[in-house]
Amino acid sequence: MSQSLYLQVVNLLSALLLLIAFAMLSQRRVVGLITLFAWQGLALALSTTIVAYSTGQHHLYYSAALTVGLKVIAMPWFFFRLIRQLDAHREVETLFNVPTTMLVGIVLVVFAFNLAQPISQMSGTVTRSILGIAMASVLLSFLMMITRTKAIPQVIGFLAMENGLFLAATSATYGMPLVVELGVALDVLVGVLILGIFFFHIRETFDSLDLKHMESLKER
Amino acid sequence: MNLSSPHPVNVAWGIALFLVAIAALSPFLRLRRRVLLRALMPAGALAALALAGAGFAGLTGETSALALPLGLPDLPFRLRLDALSGFFLVLLGGAAFGVGVFANGYMRNLDDTTLALYCLWYHLFLAGMALVLLANDAYAFMVAWEMMALSSYFLVTTNHVIPGVRRAGFLYLLIAHVGAVALLLCFGVLQGGHGAYTFDYMRGAELTPFWASVAFLLALFGFGAKAGLVPLHVWLPEAHPAAPSPVSAVMSGIMLKTAIYGLLRVSFDLLNMQLAWWGVLALGLGLVTALYGVVFAAVQSDMKRLLAWSSIENIGILVAGFGLTLIFHADGKGALAAIALTATLYHAINHAFFKGLLFVGTGAVLHATGQRNLGRLGGVMRSMPWVAWLTLVGVLAIAGLPPLNGFVSEWLLLQAFLMTPALSQSFVNMLIPVAAGTIALAGALAAYVMVKFYGVIFLGQHRDPKLAQAHDASGAERLGMLWLAAGCVALGLMPVQVIELLAPVTELLIGQSLPNAGSWLYLAPVNADRASYSPLVFLLVVTAVTLLAFVLVRRLYHGRVRHADPWDCGFPEQTPRMQDTAEGFGQPIRQIFVSFMRVERDTPDPFDRHPHYSGASLDKLWFGIYEPIARLAGWLSDQAGRLQHGRIHWYLIYSFVTLIFLLAFAR
Repeated sequence: MSQSLYLQVVNLLSALLLLIAFAMLSQRRVVGLITLFAWQGLALALSTTIVAYSTGQHHLYYSAALTVGLKVIAMPWFFFRLIRQLDAHREVETLFNVPTTMLVGIVLVVFAFNLAQPISQMSGTVTRSILGIAMASVLLSFLMMITRTKAIPQVIGFLAMENGLFLAATSATYGMPLVVELGVALDVLVGVLILGIFFFHIRETFDSLDLKHMESLKER
Repeated sequence: MNLSSPHPVNVAWGIALFLVAIAALSPFLRLRRRVLLRALMPAGALAALALAGAGFAGLTGETSALALPLGLPDLPFRLRLDALSGFFLVLLGGAAFGVGVFANGYMRNLDDTTLALYCLWYHLFLAGMALVLLANDAYAFMVAWEMMALSSYFLVTTNHVIPGVRRAGFLYLLIAHVGAVALLLCFGVLQGGHGAYTFDYMRGAELTPFWASVAFLLALFGFGAKAGLVPLHVWLPEAHPAAPSPVSAVMSGIMLKTAIYGLLRVSFDLLNMQLAWWGVLALGLGLVTALYGVVFAAVQSDMKRLLAWSSIENIGILVAGFGLTLIFHADGKGALAAIALTATLYHAINHAFFKGLLFVGTGAVLHATGQRNLGRLGGVMRSMPWVAWLTLVGVLAIAGLPPLNGFVSEWLLLQAFLMTPALSQSFVNMLIPVAAGTIALAGALAAYVMVKFYGVIFLGQHRDPKLAQAHDASGAERLGMLWLAAGCVALGLMPVQVIELLAPVTELLIGQSLPNAGSWLYLAPVNADRASYSPLVFLLVVTAVTLLAFVLVRRLYHGRVRHADPWDCGFPEQTPRMQDTAEGFGQPIRQIFVSFMRVERDTPDPFDRHPHYSGASLDKLWFGIYEPIARLAGWLSDQAGRLQHGRIHWYLIYSFVTLIFLLAFAR
């Protein structure tokens, strides 16, 4: 296959990743959200593999394997177990109505592409055009964290943001050194475990995972 | 370093280290009171005396400098002992020795922990002040300055279980740090953009008049906060009643002088020019401070608060003298500048001795009676004759009566004022008589304040029957007070010799010393026809006249002496409560200067069976300046508190908006 075809596929997968980010923004159910998160991880892993194959950057294979292991298998499994234990199969409600959130998301995507243009011109990689998509998915995940009221969707938003950062790293510089990636992966894993413990404590204290109860913790 | 005759600066540094070592040892000796009281504290007092010795050597001998193997890499602490540092070290050591000996007796009633902590902070405080005087670069200076401020904060809050004491300590710490920030900025300006912070470099830095003025104003603010210049004086009347008496004595007598030292060091030594308007500003601020301080001292009824306000007055006089020196120096009148500077330095050391004496005297009274309120004291002289007579020396000195030391410096300062028609700027010439009048007024009011202070505490009858059982000062306390009183007398009787010793300092700062046209006996600052003063002759004449009067009275009226109760006024039935009170004594001043203060009175109902009167004269500046600032700070922090919703979405939105903003605008 020629180089441009690889590029087409990588672009396609990145676009898929962005599409999933939009889907997460509009998804009301926790179970659906976790499934979407796993798909996003898979898209990321695939695009990383193709970049690794087409450019010969072998350490990116390890990154892709790490992504599959952590974000496609381990974390979704962990979250499914968690919501079963917490009995949190309920629907999630969003703060704003979905169309408004979508419109805000589109504005963010335009902003991100505008922002990424001068940077991607300086980058010397074949995948540089993906930088805008990566930044857009970071911002969309951030937006998702803001619009959610429950604790688990927020953590998923946080992890989806990490996906966007990872994509930015592969597209701009063919990935970070493996040591850094391993460190980040470990951090994410530990962070998710700690947040899982927090979920139990939050529910024990407030009888709910709804974060609006935490307002009572402020000073005055 | 030559071991047979070490440089004074090495000796002074060694003593400062010794003081730090004493401080470091004292917490470990908490349970060994005898070691603390019999070994460490006397050793600290002797170390202070040795500091005075090193300072004397620096004052009379060569300037010596030292770079220590301490500090940051490539930025060692530098010390230097020149005549100015030497003079202030003499002041520090001389007064601290007396106070230290006194404290050795005074602190005996403290519990173990408080005593050990006192011993720790007190010696650190002394070492900090000594290092402030020795520092030869901005870094060492600021470190020593902070060491001094922090250790004195802990000394002020010795009785920290009382909420009022903690509040006073916080106010002190706050103003000390606002001042320290100004000093830091001042040194930043002084280095002139070259990044070298040694004083040697700053002496050579060429500043433009604008930046020199900025540096001077910052120094005036920073050192003014430490000295208690109006309107930065508010911590003084709060901190002194809160602190133990020896601490008040050291803080008022010595620590305030480090600010005067700093002003002199920055203005005359480090800055490459002196402008006349700086002097006019300092003179004006000094005069306002002097008058403000003495008026408030007159209306106080807490004896330590009264002395604190009196310290503010004396700082005002010192800063006025400093301003006058600047005016003369900038005008090229070297001889007159020398008079003003000599008077300022002389008054600084005088104040260290007599205010130290008065503070430890009130400490002895407080210790024996448990009362700070003048309304519950009276007639203490009969039960505490030692304290009463020794305090009398301090009272006469601070009131400016010859032949004691307070007279000499105030007389010299007034001489400097009287010479001013020689100035070239006519508008300053017109202002000076007003300034001289203010100094004279402040001096007269100070005497009035001291009559009130001494009369209400020591004279008359006991306002409380318990006062008859008050015990006199212990041996160590008497010794300490005797030393300070002897200092007051010696400084008063030997002005010519003292002024000769001050000559190297004035030579260093303004390149000229005060010529004495008189002899070893007569002090005549300009020429003998104009004004001269000889305390010894004065003392001899006064003594002779008194003895003569005594003998004559004895001869002529012998046998017709009638004994009566003091202040009896012929009334057969009177109670101690019918004596003139502190409030009554201050009443005329309160009436005249009512515009300075906010008077709050609580007068009882005429039909009240148990009437209770209370009155307070409050500082208007507190309500005019500090309360609005405090309210503004409170309002701002309330507004900042609104950011805290407790809703995690808002916090996320804050970071999101910040991120978007930075991405969009910080390209």
